[in-house]
Amino acid sequence: MVSSPYFPLVVLFVVALGFGLAPLGLAWLWARFFSPRKPNPVKNSIYECGLVSKGDAWVQFRSAYYLYAIIFLIFDVEAVFLLPFAVAFTGLNAAACAAMLVFVLLLVEGLAWAWAKGVLTWA
Amino acid sequence: MAIEENLKIELGKQGVFVTTLEELYNWGRRSSIWPMQFGLACCAIEMIATTMARYDLARFGAEVFRPSPRQADLMIVSGTVTKKMAPQVVRLYNQMAEPRYVIAMGACAISGGPFKQGYNVLKGIDRYIPVDVHIPGCPPRPEALIQAFMTLQKKIDEQPLTGENRPRFLNQNAQGEFPVPEPADHDLEPPSNPGVWSAPVVIR
Ligand code: SF4
Repeated sequence: MVSSPYFPLVVLFVVALGFGLAPLGLAWLWARFFSPRKPNPVKNSIYECGLVSKGDAWVQFRSAYYLYAIIFLIFDVEAVFLLPFAVAFTGLNAAACAAMLVFVLLLVEGLAWAWAKGVLTWA
Repeated sequence: MAIEENLKIELGKQGVFVTTLEELYNWGRRSSIWPMQFGLACCAIEMIATTMARYDLARFGAEVFRPSPRQADLMIVSGTVTKKMAPQVVRLYNQMAEPRYVIAMGACAISGGPFKQGYNVLKGIDRYIPVDVHIPGCPPRPEALIQAFMTLQKKIDEQPLTGENRPRFLNQNAQGEFPVPEPADHDLEPPSNPGVWSAPVVIR
């Protein structure tokens, strides 16, 4: 076993584990035997910046927020393409302008769709 | 004290350092007083200045302002304590781990200061929690806060770990919870914590 090429790795792994766990264990032991303990209900209550905590800490968050992230992408992508479009605007021919218009309108359509679906009203 | 003070100084001159467990323990405690990160009014600006490069509170091992009372040793009541805020301050003090200390910074925290006559200002945080060091001033300069730190360090240094005068956190029977006042119709209820504060006797 000692001749195995992986043996040094195992030794290193154990040493690394001990290096991490030993201080934690010592701190735990120290706290267990020496730390002054004075618990009371106020001290053990949930910390909420000094206010009395209301309800449980394990609440569910609305996932509806991801829709805003997606709608943000519409404007994000649009901005990336609008800038070069605006810079090159005077030198563009009619076909390029039309292509750009189609692109912008496609994105606007996405926004209109989201709007119509009622995504923009937070309920 | 196992070793005489003079002998210790003499040994120190010879390069021999002797200490007691108590001294070592207190040295560790006083050199790592972590304050809680909260400010109440204008005095807090001076507290912030104290932690910055010019005054450099780090020299005292106290630059680590903790955002949670669970990790803090010291509460600097820096500013006006309104009656609306007082329950929160007392609750935060209760939520700090022992050993814990309080510095009342500025006229407001000591007595209500310029707002003493106000209907909504607490006339001193020492009505609810035990204060270790009071510093007067409106606001106290950073030097004054540093002076308060040094006073507190001296106080910690001199605390015996056993016997009648041992600090509260080592005394199993000492009071650990300080009742949080509740807002009532005209004042906080109770107006002060008995055992912590009693009305001063005016001598005429
Ligand atoms: S003592 Fe003066 S500076 Fe400090 S909080 Fe009160 S009014 Fe402000």
